[in-house]
Amino acid sequence: MRDYALFVPEYIACGVALLVIAIELFAPKFRKDVLAYLTALGALAWFGAGLAFLDRDPKSYQGLFLSDDFTSFFRLLAAGIVFIVALMSAEFLKRQKGVDHGEFYGLLLVAGSAMTIMAGATELLTAYLALEVLSFSLYILVGILKRDLRSNEASLKYILLGAFSSALFLYGLSLVYGTAGTTSYAGIAEAYARRDSGLDPAVAVGLMLILAGVGFKVSAAPFHMWAPDAYEGAPLPITAFLSTLSKAAGFALILRLFSSAFVTDAETWRWAFLALAALTMTVGNLIAIQQKNLKRLVAYSSIGQVGYMLITIAALGYGDAQVGLNATSGLLVHLIGYIVTTLALFSALTAAVNRTGSEEIVGLRGLAETQPFLALVITASLFSFAGLPFFAGFATKLFLFQGATTDETIWVIALAVLNSFISLYYYLMVIRQMYLFDPVGDASRFRVQPVVWGLAAVLLVGILFIGMYPGPAFEFSEQAARPLFDAASAARVQAP
Amino acid sequence: MTFDEGQGYVVLATIAVPLLVALILIFTPGTQKMAVRYLSAVTGAILAALSIYIFVAYQVDGEQAQMNLRWTWVENTAFLGENGIALRLAVDGISALLALLTGIVAFAGALASWKIEYRNKDFFILYWILLAGVYGTFFAYDLFFFFFFYELAVMPLYLLIGVWGSTRKEYGAAKLTLMLVGGSVLIWIGIFAVFHQANIGTFDLPSLWAAGQNGTISPTAQKVIFPLMAVGCGVLAALWPFHTWSPDGHMSAPTAVSMVHAGVLMKLGAFGIIRLGIQLLPEGAQFWMPALMVLGTVGAVYGATAALTQRDFKLISGYSSVSHMGYVLMGLATMNTIGITGAVLQMFSHGVMTALVFLMIGALYDQAHTRDMKEFGGLAKVMPLWVIFYAIAGLANVGLPGFSGFTAEFHIFVGTFRTYPVFGALAIFAAALAAAYMLRMFATVFFGPTNPHWKDLKDLTPLERLSGAMLIASIVIMGVWWAPFIDRVGHTVTLLPGVTG
Repeated sequence: MRDYALFVPEYIACGVALLVIAIELFAPKFRKDVLAYLTALGALAWFGAGLAFLDRDPKSYQGLFLSDDFTSFFRLLAAGIVFIVALMSAEFLKRQKGVDHGEFYGLLLVAGSAMTIMAGATELLTAYLALEVLSFSLYILVGILKRDLRSNEASLKYILLGAFSSALFLYGLSLVYGTAGTTSYAGIAEAYARRDSGLDPAVAVGLMLILAGVGFKVSAAPFHMWAPDAYEGAPLPITAFLSTLSKAAGFALILRLFSSAFVTDAETWRWAFLALAALTMTVGNLIAIQQKNLKRLVAYSSIGQVGYMLITIAALGYGDAQVGLNATSGLLVHLIGYIVTTLALFSALTAAVNRTGSEEIVGLRGLAETQPFLALVITASLFSFAGLPFFAGFATKLFLFQGATTDETIWVIALAVLNSFISLYYYLMVIRQMYLFDPVGDASRFRVQPVVWGLAAVLLVGILFIGMYPGPAFEFSEQAARPLFDAASAARVQAP
Repeated sequence: MTFDEGQGYVVLATIAVPLLVALILIFTPGTQKMAVRYLSAVTGAILAALSIYIFVAYQVDGEQAQMNLRWTWVENTAFLGENGIALRLAVDGISALLALLTGIVAFAGALASWKIEYRNKDFFILYWILLAGVYGTFFAYDLFFFFFFYELAVMPLYLLIGVWGSTRKEYGAAKLTLMLVGGSVLIWIGIFAVFHQANIGTFDLPSLWAAGQNGTISPTAQKVIFPLMAVGCGVLAALWPFHTWSPDGHMSAPTAVSMVHAGVLMKLGAFGIIRLGIQLLPEGAQFWMPALMVLGTVGAVYGATAALTQRDFKLISGYSSVSHMGYVLMGLATMNTIGITGAVLQMFSHGVMTALVFLMIGALYDQAHTRDMKEFGGLAKVMPLWVIFYAIAGLANVGLPGFSGFTAEFHIFVGTFRTYPVFGALAIFAAALAAAYMLRMFATVFFGPTNPHWKDLKDLTPLERLSGAMLIASIVIMGVWWAPFIDRVGHTVTLLPGVTG
């Protein structure tokens, strides 16, 4: 039986998306910021519907999509990100000219839904289609400032490189299909397990192409070139969206794909993920040191973060199911911490940029004097990225690294810890601007929009809560990771 | 609730009170400068009282870990098993003494910061967060929280020095922060390796100590991990050649931060070597201790020599701290009871003594705005009380009998002579150098011709007298009545793994 009820939360999200676009289309005079709040409300309903799907037995839709706690985890994450980004954008977009608000908010919801499908996909083409829906939404969102040349340029670069990576990914899928004879994850695993041992060039090439494709989506070095330009050109809230949702979605896809379909061929790909992790974190953090633009700094710093997260995928290949569960729980809890921190950083940055209009690091000069609260939120976020205690990053990074520690991966863990030390340097350079220098020009206090203020405050509390009492987030992450490594649920996928 | 558990809440209070005060201060308007000062002074007094209580209430004939408190944080999730992470606090003989030190220095530092005008609210927020971190590290019986509090103590330093510091403050702040966090990185790697090797799914320190002692963490692994822990903690303890942040950082830091930093924070490093080195990795400690002895001795001699050539008061004290922390490391490296006891006593002694020195330097610098020794002369006539206080600190520094420095250094020298006589001789040579740089200072600054330029300098303020008097009292009490100190430390040191009698 086709169980359409599995997608109820996404019906809500997409329904609201259509509604928002329709309002803009048929009532152009409608107040634009109401659209933002409508979107946020829709995201909230989506989140609520998502909660109802937690703690249920895994259910498959035709062997294409599996609704389990892992999917629900990313659904809640997507709804939360859309909620916050929509609120963040309300004030920001009003100041931009020539933006279609309806499309902007509608696409946020569509991209979020695509992320859910990516997390739940148990079949290659479903995963690919969801990935493309997400990518196309992002291409448009990055270039939504039609009259801003940088935004156009960013979008164009993103589309060209994105299309190229999609092609690699698709070619990889076709090779996998050619060798396994099926596109279902469970079927591929079974086919590969039955195959004679030994390296099969077609499989190896296929896996490497898939790896390159997903590496591009999560901006892992050397496939990261698009990220700084896209981040810089995109409107600020979309930069936040890119560095949270698009990365989380990429990892959702990688996690399910590599923990089920390709797990029997771990020897073929695990070293590549390890190398990718080492390269990505080092490149990201070293290049971040030289950045002068805030968005580019965040872009490179988030590339560094991706490097840390990729160790987990390598650990999946090096360990048994228990190691996989440990590592994945660590990765999911780190994703939560990373997303909350990034959103806090961007809500504060948006408020500061709304005021100063400058996206350079020196634009923050003297912020501790003119707006101490924003300076505090930015400092807390940066310290959280660097993994200092009190803040989310300390606990989640520790869980991430500890979970991924195996005899083979420990050298990369050591490298990752060294890298988070490097990252502290460039975070301090930002903090230095805010606290150690006097503001340029007008030194009087300025007020922050109440919505953005509240958002930043709530996210700050979130950073502190996860940092000081990581238990609930970690337990939730383990619950979400469990279905991937449950033999029982794997069996259920096979029977459509 | 048992009595011991009730005392556990006293231990918790030493961490919770400063954090709570920091939280209250965040919501205090920045214009209420007097309220901020009174609140901070009261907090300092409360912390001092709690610390004295903990020190006195520690039973020298009781259990090792007293005043236990355990709140489970996360357990039975992924790689965490039973009691995976717990906020577990307890006091042993070593931490009882170091907590006492923290209380006294924290109170003295809060009083010394009374003068701060520029954003004093923000200063005290960071100051109390730092102290919460220090107390937490001393009391943590869980590796996760040990590291949590250890990092928490390092984190506020960048802003404390960068915003409120003096000479080359940005450079000093950045260098200090990066070097200290660089040390933490090594500890962090060590923690991952230890947890992975022990494979018992818990960060509980006593369980991990047991794993280290019964060989669950293999001797080979211990030998690999020990240098990470020892160097990582050693950076904070100014282990030569990783000491270079100390002179620069101290030169830039504001008075109270220098006091707390040299007085207490540097001890966290040496304490870390006991907790994460000797207790956690006894095999590794046995293997590496000779190397630590060499580095400690080099530090002791090098620090004293460098202090001899400096003209800036703070640089002299910065290098003298390197030298004294060298003694501490030598004491730990002896791996015998008397040497390690001496090392812990030296941590206390150097803590109060150096806090007094920095308090005095601050009192002078705030008026004179220079710290160049050659500029001064004959201050004994202008600021008699200041000179007396400084002289007491200086004599304790040299290790004159009757002051705390004697008790501590005597133990270290005896311990060193038992195992490494050559290094013992070098240590005594360094002590002689200490006498030289202190007497040089006495001669040029305190006595000699009076420079008329400085005839208007004012003597110590009442608050400075109060905080100085507390520190002097600690120096003298430990110098003449050392039994309670040695009993407590010895109670724990004799049971450290691999330590000879």
